[in-house]
Formats: sequence, C-alpha cells, structure tokens
Amino acid sequence: MSRSRRHPLSLSALALVAVVLLLLPLIALLVRTPWQRMPALLGSDAVQQALWLSVRCALAATVLSVVLGIPLAWVLARSHLPGRRLLRGLVAVPLVLPPVVGGVALLLAFGRQGVLGPLLVEAGAVPAFTTWGVILAETFVALPFLVLTVEGALSGLARDHEEVAATLGARPLRVFLTVTLPAIWPSVLSGAVLAGARALGEFGATTTFAGSLPGETQTVPLAVYALLQDDPSAAYALSAVLLTVSVAMVLALRSVRR
Amino acid sequence: MSLRAHVRTDLLDVEIAVAAGEVVALVGPNGAGKTSLVRALAGLLRADGSVCVGDVEIATLPPADRRVGWLPQVPSLFGHLTARDNAAFSLRARGVRRGPARASAQGWLQRLGVGELGDRLPHELSGGEAARVALARALAAEPSLLLLDEPLAALDNTTRDEVRRLLRSTLAGGPAAVLVVTHDPVDVVALADRVVVLEAGRVLQTGTPTQVAAAPRSPWVASLLGQNSWRGTTSERGLLIEDAHIAVAEPLEPGLPALALCEPSAVTLHRVPPEGSARTVLHGRVLELRSLGGRVRVAVASAPPVLAEVTGAAAADLDLAVGTEVWAAVKATEVRLVRL
Repeated sequence: MSRSRRHPLSLSALALVAVVLLLLPLIALLVRTPWQRMPALLGSDAVQQALWLSVRCALAATVLSVVLGIPLAWVLARSHLPGRRLLRGLVAVPLVLPPVVGGVALLLAFGRQGVLGPLLVEAGAVPAFTTWGVILAETFVALPFLVLTVEGALSGLARDHEEVAATLGARPLRVFLTVTLPAIWPSVLSGAVLAGARALGEFGATTTFAGSLPGETQTVPLAVYALLQDDPSAAYALSAVLLTVSVAMVLALRSVRR
Repeated sequence: MSLRAHVRTDLLDVEIAVAAGEVVALVGPNGAGKTSLVRALAGLLRADGSVCVGDVEIATLPPADRRVGWLPQVPSLFGHLTARDNAAFSLRARGVRRGPARASAQGWLQRLGVGELGDRLPHELSGGEAARVALARALAAEPSLLLLDEPLAALDNTTRDEVRRLLRSTLAGGPAAVLVVTHDPVDVVALADRVVVLEAGRVLQTGTPTQVAAAPRSPWVASLLGQNSWRGTTSERGLLIEDAHIAVAEPLEPGLPALALCEPSAVTLHRVPPEGSARTVLHGRVLELRSLGGRVRVAVASAPPVLAEVTGAAAADLDLAVGTEVWAAVKATEVRLVRL
C-alpha cells in the first residue's frame, strides 16, 4: 500500500488521545495496587464479606434477569400486545437513567414510605436497606441488558423452525423450550454476562435504595468507596479485583459470541 | 387418509381434495397462493372454511393437533439436535420416552437411506442428506396429510433427482394424502397422480399431468407442463416405451425406469417420412390443434403420443387439420432423460 492510503494524521492523533484516556487510569490503578499486601488485604474479614456479598447478589440478580427477562423479551418480540412498542421503549429507560434516580424510584416503589410500602411492612418484607434491596436494585439496572439482547435475537430468528415443530405436534411452550430457546442460547448467555457485569458494578441505585451496611448491603463497589477514606490501598486492591473480573467478563463475552 | 378442504382467506378461495395415498402436485405462478394454501392447511395461517382429514374436521385445531406434516423449502432441521433426535422430535412431543422414540427415529432414517448419519448435527449434513432427515422427521410423525412446499428447490440437480426418486418410492401408495408444491415439471410428471393449477387464489384446472399438459388452460400452465414426457426403460441409446424407442444423445445405464422429456417446440412435423439419423420419428394422425399466441400446438396420436409446437406459418404450409397423417421428428440432442 502506498503512504497516501494511510489514515489522516489528525484522526490518528485524536484516537491516541482516546486510548490514553481509556487506558491510563487502568494502568495507574495497576501500578498503584499494593500487590505485596494483596493476599492480606483480600483475606481480611471485611473484604471477604464484601466480595462474597457482591458475588451472591450479582448472581441472584443475573438469575432473576434471565428468568424474568426471557419471558419479557418473548412478549416484546412475539406477542401482538397493544402498547408493545411503548413497553420496549420503557424497558430501555433504566439503561440511560442515572442510577441514583433509579435508587430513588425504587425507594418510592418498595421503600417503607413507597407505593407498596404499607403492604410490604405488613408482610414484614421491606427490601429497602437489606440484602434483598441490593438484589432488587441490581436486577433493576441489569434486566434491560438481558431483555434487549434476547429480544434482538428473537426478532431476528426465522420462524420456520418453530412452525415445523408445531406441525410435529409440539405445543407452544414445548416449542419455546426445545426449539426457540436453544436457537437463541448464545444471545441469552451474552445477555446474562452483560447483565451480570452491570449488576456486579452497580453503585448508585444500591447505595440509595439499600444503603452501605457492611456485611448486609455493602458490595465491593460500595466498599471501595468507603475504604477510600480510611484505607486507600485496600480500596486500590479491591478495585484491581473488579478490574480483573471486568476483563474476564469481556473475554467471556467474546468467546460466547464466537 | 383423504383430504377434503375448502380454504378461504382474503386472497384465496380454493376447494381441494386428495385421496389417501394420492400425490397431488400444486402448481401455479408466483403469488397464486400455493404457499398460503399449504400454510392454511397446516394451521400456520388463519383461514376460514373447512379442512377435513378422513372424517375429522381440523380447521379449528392448532397445528400441533392436526397431524399434518409440513416440509418447507429449506429442511429447517433443529440445529442443536442430532439427525436422530430431529427425527424423534414428534414422538418426544407426543410423550414417547427417549429410548423408544430414538429407536423409531433410527428406523425412519434407515428407510430414507441416512441410517448411518444419526449422530450427526445438521451442519454436518449435505443438502441432500438434510432433505432426507427432514423427510424422516416429517414421516416419523405419521401424518394423515403431508404438505411439501418445493421440497427439491434448494438442491443441486444430481441430488434433486436422487431425493425425487426417494420421495416417489416413499410417498406413492402410503397412508397419507400428499400435496406437493412445485415449479418443476419433472416433479409433476414423476411424482404426481394429479395436478391442481392455482392462479390468483383460485383453482384454474385439475387433472392428471397428461390431461393438463394436453389441454392447458393458460399460457403459464402450457409453458410449465406442455412438454413431452414419456415413461419407459432406459436402453443403450435412449428409452424404450412399449414398442417404440426414443433416441437420446446422452443415454443412461440401460434397464432403469426413467422419463424422457422434450420441448414441443423442438419437435418438427412432416407430411412425408423425414430422412436423417440421430432422431426418433413417430407416425400418427393429428388429434388436436390449439393455437397459443402466434404458435400452434399439435397433438399427434402416435405411439407414444407426441406434442409439437410449430409456427402458424408452418402449420398452414403443412396444411394441418385434425386427422392429417404426419411424421413427428424428435432430435436426440433435444431429449433429456431423468431417472425415476
């Protein structure tokens, strides 16, 4: 190729700025991470607590997103429900909503003073400021990732497999479970990875709706924020852990999509 | 079981009957409503009217309860299931346990010549193999009515002839009524007992392939089915049909059942026996003359009967009339053989 075919210098320069902007903070984090103290820091009870709470809550939110999200995606892609397009738009709102606002909205729905408050108080199951609250907040922000991914796959799926299955005697639920679901399985997996990553990193909605109670609602991102005041190097170490997990998620996503 | 149906949609108003074991070809130009009719019979398209299979009215039943088999143009095998599990799908859907369902599916794969491919996934199958597995899957459901929507359209020529032979041997005289949508005249002649011609959502014509070819009711039918087709046994140099012999430029292995096909426009007519080799000459009287556009279609009562299509001028030159004695010459290079 001749030199004239190379990219314009101005574009390359801006791209370089972008790369620095994206990578420099990550490199700085890795450089400043106290690797020697890592085992001790990560082994401490407080950190262990936060780690396991994060893992449990993110897993629960992912499972909830899959269990609730696949049926919702199916309704959006396949039903002839009136208002279906409006619903599709609404599902995307939590994606762009500031998480703090999500937390406030959750409080107003499921908090002690919320719309369902009296009912929940009566039942003795107010999720706000409990581990259930963390799971609820994480599901709120993670669910749209799964729904939109799966809905895209369902809409793009040719119908003839499902129709053949029906003529072979399979009822609609069986068609869905044995034909449709296996066909869109890669999208379900990548939607679940996206949802899981979003849940694991959730901060704003969680802190607003569930607070930051160590051992109960203080997940890793909340612990990082709290530790920055008292023990910055512990905060760096935990951040490095989250970074590692994020990289692993990206790799998982790529292998699922292949 | 037999089919008697009257299907109505916005664009379709069709009465159709197929006897048990009968194979009916459904032909018509694009947009005539062939696929809509088939989908309506399978319950995949909402339609008014009645669909009786045997004595049972199935028009109100969902597809799963109709026992109507449907093969779309592409085999549409379930990608995550092996060939055997694809074939076992209908039995599993009806609650048969995995073991017996697989055993029965394996039997169907064997019958369709793909018994050794049971463990393969669909993406590991060739087009012809996938078509056979899809047919096994449909037949394993033991449908009362089998609908095939251009089952051979996606296959290459060699495979198409193979799968057509398989369809012929599997479907003819079976328990199901069979409806085959096709654009290929060879399918019609080779597979069908009867043809139903659809145009603009209505039945234009029905009859045996020979009847429809001899008296096509529209130019479209004439061009689809208007070619000469003779059934016989292959010989060293062509096709034997009772006492007659059709010479063919590219003969097949002798002793096989086959079909010789030739366009009427490739047949020349003469008032005296023509000279020359490498062709077949059939002798008889003109049975029927029919003008089609600027050309004249001439049916000659020879043995076997032959259709010729000549220009109006040529017909006048030859002074053709019903009962005129003629010799029809068929060049060996113009005849194509298809194994049955």
